[in-house]
Amino acid sequence: MSATPQTSSARANILARLRSKPVPPLPQPTVQVWTSQMGDQPVEVLRQSLKSNLEAAHAEVIQAGPEGWRATLQKVCQDQGIKTLMLPRSLPPTLDIAPWDQGPALSRFDQPMETLKDSLFNQVDAGFTLAECAIADTGTLVLLSSPEQPRSLSLVPPVHICLLDVRRLHTDMPTALAREQWASAMPTNLIFVSGPSKTADIQQTLAYGAHGPKSLIVILVEEDLQ
Amino acid sequence: MSAPQVNSTQPMHFMPGPGFRSRSKEVLDNPFLRQSFRGAMDFLMQKRAAQFPDPANLEALRSQGEAIRKYSLSRLPDLLEQLEANLTRNGIQVHWAENPEQAQDIIAGLMEKAQAPLMVKGKSMVSEEVELNHALIARGMDALESDMGEYIVQLAGERPSHIIMPAIHKTKEEIARLFAEKVPGVDYTDSVDELIQIGRRVLREKFRETKVGLSGVNFAVAETGTLCLVENEGNGRMCTTVPDMHIAITGIEKVVEKLEHVPPLLALLTRSATGQAVTTYFNWISSPRKAHELDGPKEVHLVLVDNGRTQAYAREDFRSTLQCIRCGACMNHCPVYTRIGGLAYGTTYPGPIGKIISPHMLGLEGTGELVTASSLCGACGEVCPVRIPIPELLIDLRARSQSGGPDPFTPQLKGEGSNRKPFMALAFSLWSLLYRSPGLYRLFAWSATRFRALAPRNQGAWTRTRTPLIPAKKSLHELVRERRNQ
Ligand code: SF4
Repeated sequence: MSATPQTSSARANILARLRSKPVPPLPQPTVQVWTSQMGDQPVEVLRQSLKSNLEAAHAEVIQAGPEGWRATLQKVCQDQGIKTLMLPRSLPPTLDIAPWDQGPALSRFDQPMETLKDSLFNQVDAGFTLAECAIADTGTLVLLSSPEQPRSLSLVPPVHICLLDVRRLHTDMPTALAREQWASAMPTNLIFVSGPSKTADIQQTLAYGAHGPKSLIVILVEEDLQ
Repeated sequence: MSAPQVNSTQPMHFMPGPGFRSRSKEVLDNPFLRQSFRGAMDFLMQKRAAQFPDPANLEALRSQGEAIRKYSLSRLPDLLEQLEANLTRNGIQVHWAENPEQAQDIIAGLMEKAQAPLMVKGKSMVSEEVELNHALIARGMDALESDMGEYIVQLAGERPSHIIMPAIHKTKEEIARLFAEKVPGVDYTDSVDELIQIGRRVLREKFRETKVGLSGVNFAVAETGTLCLVENEGNGRMCTTVPDMHIAITGIEKVVEKLEHVPPLLALLTRSATGQAVTTYFNWISSPRKAHELDGPKEVHLVLVDNGRTQAYAREDFRSTLQCIRCGACMNHCPVYTRIGGLAYGTTYPGPIGKIISPHMLGLEGTGELVTASSLCGACGEVCPVRIPIPELLIDLRARSQSGGPDPFTPQLKGEGSNRKPFMALAFSLWSLLYRSPGLYRLFAWSATRFRALAPRNQGAWTRTRTPLIPAKKSLHELVRERRNQ
């Protein structure tokens, strides 16, 4: 603890006041009620639910075509006019993209952000990330920050393109928390993303691209992304 | 058609009570403001209702939310210690502040250490509560709000009028004029998209360059040492990702024990607040940038603020106040808030939640009048996702604000008894005396009915909008007796 003398006496005073009247501890609540009550569902149902929820939040959801997700990604970039795409520092060998000849110019998030700020904030058109898993019930992508995949890649560029293995879909948030066992090892930053950045702060009128990406494009695959 | 003018250099923190009536009147007399509050509240109420189509399901979820918050509070000191130990282990530094001044000192000290004259702020009501912006300005530093609503309110030199939608009292034309006037190089446009893009451009530069970012906390998880943040815009993520230092500030009541306690509260929060099943971003922060990681703040600090919360905690009858998850549903459904808006209250937290929490922060001297500004219709208690009995708390606070001598068995509230008026106290003791002694009561009933013609026509506030109260010709006892004898 790095407490200054002032905050350490504040700490002692606050805790003493909280303990001045003993409060009988209540029994631990069991978390069982949920809004969706979907229960375990086949992948197809989960995929549909994820897709419709994400689309309702103004995200685009694309099934990778038979020629593979790289082709889908190239097409997305072409359609969106994306000329520069930033990749994570490293992708698993089976997933690597570069070099390619027809897609947008590729760069990697391979330096500390301080050095990359200029390109990240002002040059890159889109950031590309791999989702850890997703939650069907709310249409939520789960991203982990890691040395390979910095967190600002899904935040700063105006477009966020995310690859998701649909076999990694959970029904709802409690299920995801329980099955992924984050409680035993939380990553630096766990980010749940459920659409492009938005705001309704001016006269309750919805506008996209407030501070984060204006568009979110999710490419669905059935392939190991680890 | 502007909101009541609030002098932004004067800390509002210390100016609740006096002026509440005149500020309310000002809004009531302004048809544009009334219309915009009404419209906004109708909108939020409908959106919330659409998220809870099944009443049984809603009640089950509320029970869950209430149980989790009650459980967490029942173990509050232990959970705070556990939270601190785990955050510290994760590399997040924890600071404690008993009052706004201490919180200001801690944060200003951190900024000095970072040699940062400016901070970018994500939405944080606790930072408003501790008057952080004023304190920083007074020390020659500054803070820039980055939530779009907060940014607008700051540009206008005003205060947030709603805890979730800070600029709800402003029309887009007002905002368009404000931007044209205050943002360099901007022409008048009332396209909402363009206005948001202007804000985006201005603030992106700041996120890029500023060394310190500040955020609030929606839930703090003790078992893992995690700070959770709910938002739609991405400015919260910016403030907690790009600057070198992230300072989080929150009230001591926000802690829950386990990760699994978060989803039910989150579901209740976003659905009750803005009628969303989930927000765009839900951010779980458990550590500063680790070795080999390429981004994220190098230092993360958490400031835990008491500011009167321990007073509410120490009294069993007021402890439930701390269950609040700050969703704002109680204000959206409040017939008083809907008519007078958030600024009239004069406190950081307006509406029903403001009325029950502010007395603990500011004392009943200045807030005693606020607790009477309720029709006790019960709407707030009915929608509160964690079932805080707000109307009952209001009644209790009214009683406390007018209570007599100190009660040796319960700790006093700040300002307890300060709204006691000798005439009223006398009237109520006479009243209770009458009802306790049958002889006196009969004498009173007899004379009141016989001398009814003497009842005054002018009965002060009562007769301003109502006909005078005049005793009946015969008392109920007499009527019943006559009936029996027939
Ligand atoms: S008192 Fe209840 S309804 Fe009001 S803000 Fe707090 S949690 Fe929401």
